[in-house]
Amino acid sequence: MPVFDLSVTPLREFNQALHDIKDGANDTAFEVVNPRGHHSVAVGIDAPVSVEVKGSVGYYCAGMNDGGTVTVHGSAGPGVAENMMSGTVVIEGDASQYAGATGRGGLLVIKGNAASRCGISMKGIDIVVHGSIGHMSAFMAQSGNLVVLGDAGDALGDSLYEARLFVRGSVKSLGADCIEKEMRPEHIEALGALLEKAGVSDAKPEDFKRYGSARTLYTFNIDNADAY
Amino acid sequence: MCGIVGLFLKDKALEPQLGALLSDMLITMTDRGPDSAGIAIYGGAANGDAKITVQSANPEQDFAGLQDKIEDASGGTAKVEIKSTHAVITLATDKLDAVRAALSTIAPTLRVMGAGESVEIYKEVGLPKDVVNRFGVRAMGGTHGIGHTRMATESAVTTLGAHPFSTGADQCLVHNGSLSNHNNLRRELKKRGLRFETENDSEVAAAYLTAEMDTGKDLGQALEGALDDLDGFFTFVVGTKSGFGVVRDPIACKPAVMAETDQYVAFGSEYRALVNLPGIETARVWEPEPATVYFWDHEKAAA
Amino acid sequence: MSYHNPPTPPRKSATFDDATMAEIRRAAATGIYDIRGGGTKRKVPHFDDLLFLGASISRYPLEGYRERCDTSVTLGTRFARKPIKLKIPVTIAGMSFGALSGNAKEALGRGATLSGTSTTTGDGGMTDEERGHSQTLVYQYLPSRYGMNPRDLRRADAIEVVVGQGAKPGGGGMLLGQKISPRVAKMRNLPEGIDQRSACRHPDWTGPDDLEIKINELREITDWEKPIYVKVGGARPYYDTALAVKAGADVVVLDGMQGGTAATQDVFIENVGMPTLACIRPAVQALQDLGMHRKVQLIISGGIRSGADVAKALALGADAVAIGTAALVAIGDNDPRWEEEYRKLGTTAGAYDDWHEGRDPAGITTQDPELASRLDPVIAGRRLANYLKVMTLEAQTIARACGKNHLHNLEPEDLCALTIEASAMAQVPLAGTSWVPGKGGF
Repeated sequence: MPVFDLSVTPLREFNQALHDIKDGANDTAFEVVNPRGHHSVAVGIDAPVSVEVKGSVGYYCAGMNDGGTVTVHGSAGPGVAENMMSGTVVIEGDASQYAGATGRGGLLVIKGNAASRCGISMKGIDIVVHGSIGHMSAFMAQSGNLVVLGDAGDALGDSLYEARLFVRGSVKSLGADCIEKEMRPEHIEALGALLEKAGVSDAKPEDFKRYGSARTLYTFNIDNADAY
Repeated sequence: MCGIVGLFLKDKALEPQLGALLSDMLITMTDRGPDSAGIAIYGGAANGDAKITVQSANPEQDFAGLQDKIEDASGGTAKVEIKSTHAVITLATDKLDAVRAALSTIAPTLRVMGAGESVEIYKEVGLPKDVVNRFGVRAMGGTHGIGHTRMATESAVTTLGAHPFSTGADQCLVHNGSLSNHNNLRRELKKRGLRFETENDSEVAAAYLTAEMDTGKDLGQALEGALDDLDGFFTFVVGTKSGFGVVRDPIACKPAVMAETDQYVAFGSEYRALVNLPGIETARVWEPEPATVYFWDHEKAAA
Repeated sequence: MSYHNPPTPPRKSATFDDATMAEIRRAAATGIYDIRGGGTKRKVPHFDDLLFLGASISRYPLEGYRERCDTSVTLGTRFARKPIKLKIPVTIAGMSFGALSGNAKEALGRGATLSGTSTTTGDGGMTDEERGHSQTLVYQYLPSRYGMNPRDLRRADAIEVVVGQGAKPGGGGMLLGQKISPRVAKMRNLPEGIDQRSACRHPDWTGPDDLEIKINELREITDWEKPIYVKVGGARPYYDTALAVKAGADVVVLDGMQGGTAATQDVFIENVGMPTLACIRPAVQALQDLGMHRKVQLIISGGIRSGADVAKALALGADAVAIGTAALVAIGDNDPRWEEEYRKLGTTAGAYDDWHEGRDPAGITTQDPELASRLDPVIAGRRLANYLKVMTLEAQTIARACGKNHLHNLEPEDLCALTIEASAMAQVPLAGTSWVPGKGGF
């Protein structure tokens, strides 16, 4: 397994190695040591590689991931897995703001807490947070699922489109146009499958509440002007 | 637009290492602010003594004979310790105000970086590593300190435009963000008698806190007021003689990471600023909430 | 002969003129601000207020058509491994598929390719037609991130991080549901037919220190090949240019308030931002102060219409210009041949600006298949190429008259100003004097 020590090897060499993998290559497991908060670690993956990062990373780790499996054995800075297309990103520690921003697909698992704006403008990604999430999470979220085993901060789901939000703990406040919705059997089934996929064994889908768009902002109405 | 670091020590055993720890943190934030860097170090105050940190564009000329001039002006003893472009004047606390006032006539080319019983402030244009080296920051000890690397937005890249800004005794402030109502606020504060050295928005924030604390508020109360009266984007880290505070605006877009152990409270614009701190692996690490004042104080902790 | 006092003639208020009163009544009736497309319609100091001095005895002109007058420009020479080389310094500005029909986007690509220049995607992603017909395509990276994906990032020739645009510096947007067709909805991950809201800030960074990290990420994803542009609206051009450079941009795109938009509040378009003419010199000053003029390239846009405008922008220090509205007019926007239909929409050819409603008779700003089919992308692309050719010849005509063998050798000193306002903004002397307001002279 190739090991990249970012305290001696430039980040460029590591990301280039990920991008140079040919279709059908066998050697697709990488390890990164001493990331020490480096930005843009393992960005632009477009092959089914696996990357184990031993330590904490800075901004945009696994940005635009398309098919890779990236595990961070530490915490992640702002914008982890931003605009992910497919694949899996697991953060063993906490994630800073903008986790999974604009993600289009794949699965982001955060085992600690996520800070503000988790899942902002998400467009199809599934995000599972074992801990709690900060304010303005799922702002303008368009599609996908955000699952929170802990609590949610202020203004959850502000200006929400069709993303589905599941929170087991408390929600400090809901944002404009975000409302609690009924957990119907299909939601329990889908959430159960997602929890299983994310390796969560200590939470039952029945314990979650579902939040979604009231859809009052979908067509401009002067009586809702304050919410824009 | 910048990088901020801060360290508030709870464990006295770490005090000799304060300068070294802060230096590493500051240098890690070079990319966020390559224009200038500065650091405020609190500590080393002897009973009855006060310090004034001054800066000169021509240190050889300005610092020669400075001690005599000060002693003549104050009628007391003074010590002048030169560190590159800066000098720390140590004198009796009861002479502080008189000497500060006299400096504008006996040494008009000097600029006062900060003054008080405990604070020393060093700041210059240039890369953080160079700023740290020229002032020998690594060798400094203390109880708490705050550092800043600056990417100038709208005001000039000068020594005075570097952070930290100090507008009151033992006070300092560093800022990441951009204020949107600082011009009006500066005019109001001038009417209240505050003086400004720069056109920098962050200096207005520092002066605002000074003015509010002059009305009898403590730092925590002044920071609460800042949430109502300052518009725009900000993460502030502020220092007082014994205290250390953090506040973010209600939108809280600018990055901020904090870590706390039994030994210290640390602040970094990014997590990587904190990775060299002892015991960081097991520290409680979190991001400060928007519009929430965080405040630690040695005196209050001791009480 | 009788004598009587003439009646007092009716006099309308200059303050409360017909348009103002009509807008008050419209607001009262609907409860929503007026949304429209295009750029500012008010009169602002512009390139028309500048003239070239030409050659005479002290300067020698070049022979038209024979003696070389180069028009090429290379963009992205600072960090990118694959800079963009264009034959002409006139590029096509970002306009989205969604705001424009697929045929219109294809026509822009065809016209630009025939002319050896670049075109740009918009707030809606990259279509295969557009990529296929554009030899050089700039991919916009916007706050909404609609249609953003790594595959298209890699098949783009440059990446343009959009911070703002001249029509609405500091603004987000709302595109009414009429234009969110099934294909547009799919590309933007939105339900069909609902109003699309766009954020005013990027979702995962704020400010120049974060921007530097974001630019670095985009470079890492694309292996440092692509030039990275940063586009800003003309608001604080000195600082914004300096900060874009500090954050690591290869190219700065600066869009003045005459620059268009698909749909924004009229109050925003008319009251926020600075005229293009006023933006150029502060931006060039910032580049010069940083030692980066001509090293980080400057693209100016907002109201560029002719080769004279191109030459004037370059003389003031730009490396290239971008056109949007003019390109749409070239391919048929607001053409009088559709006058009857414009009348039915309550407007007239030349004034149609309800681009957000999707009912464009010219088939350009629409997603209606029947309307869109009115635009033949091959013919329209040819028209755009013709127009770009004329602009280039015009700019060369002026440059040769000033004795230049390359458009980039035009200088501010080749210009004079007709008005005090233009003189102050462009920092060139009032015609016949050496006086620049605020700078002295006679």
